[in-house]
Amino acid sequence: MAKPRLKQHLINRDWCKGCGICVHFCPRKVLELDDQDKVVAVRPQDCICCKLCELRCPDLAIEVQTEQD
Amino acid sequence: MAVGNYIRERFFPHIWCPGCGHGIVLNGLLRAIENMGLKKNDIVMVSGIGCSSRIAGYLDFHTLHTIHGRALAFAVGVKMSRPELTLLVPMGDGDALSIGGNHFIHACRRNIDMTAIVMNNRIYGMTGGQYSPLSGYGTMATTAPYTNIDQEFDIVNMATAAGATFVARATAYHVLQMAEVLEAAIRHKGFSVVEVMSPCPTYFGRKNKEGSVVDMLEKLKTTTTPLGSKAKQENPSLIERGVFVKKEMPEYCAEYQKIIERAMKGK
Repeated sequence: MAKPRLKQHLINRDWCKGCGICVHFCPRKVLELDDQDKVVAVRPQDCICCKLCELRCPDLAIEVQTEQD
Repeated sequence: MAVGNYIRERFFPHIWCPGCGHGIVLNGLLRAIENMGLKKNDIVMVSGIGCSSRIAGYLDFHTLHTIHGRALAFAVGVKMSRPELTLLVPMGDGDALSIGGNHFIHACRRNIDMTAIVMNNRIYGMTGGQYSPLSGYGTMATTAPYTNIDQEFDIVNMATAAGATFVARATAYHVLQMAEVLEAAIRHKGFSVVEVMSPCPTYFGRKNKEGSVVDMLEKLKTTTTPLGSKAKQENPSLIERGVFVKKEMPEYCAEYQKIIERAMKGK
């Protein structure tokens, strides 16, 4: 299977509560919280599309869209 | 979102606190159901009272939000009348094992085909952080300011002893394994119990100085181990996760159908 390529991180700012789980457990440190405690993808070029942020988000607020999806 | 079809988006963002493990259980459950390709009209979710039980409101299945501890009793009623439906019964630790303890053990004994998901956060979150039967000796709670002296239940041992034919434990940290275990539990024909260790950063975490939800998830990573691992032999205090029991027994609805047929023949 081809390596998944990132299209975008779809972040629902209304649903994100800034718990920081995705930021902490991202293996490539792609994500950070902004000054409003909402998640943003600051280093999308480093994303390996493992989707652990999406799977662990308690608020269903982040989705990793790949070219294959 | 791929799982968006299964949720009631109009009720989001949900009521749970930032970092609540119950949200991760919701996430894992959605992945399991999506992977199985279940139709939402074929699923009935029955819940009781508590933080955990709010999950039924967010999912676009047939949902019943019933009374405290009695979710299993309502679920048995639904299953008996419509055995072809898939029953999911999410409960909190207090809901399942304190208020609903009796319903829980007898549902295990009957082996009726449904999946009980015990979202174990070791506290009564909704009512302000009282200790639950899963809090355990030495923990702090609003109602145990000088530490709790009650011993805790072991959900896996209790469900096994009561006769459940599928018993498993997962954690909110190990979300992929949680989804796999939930899928296996839903597929199992009989009464399935899945304990999911779910952090409550607001009450359990704060009262017991466990830090942020990130620290609590890290703790789930370091204090648990796969079932039968070598690490468990070296460190017996580790909590095992995985499928503990999976066995075949006569299923209640199928047996009841035989009774109906026998009665129709008049003997």
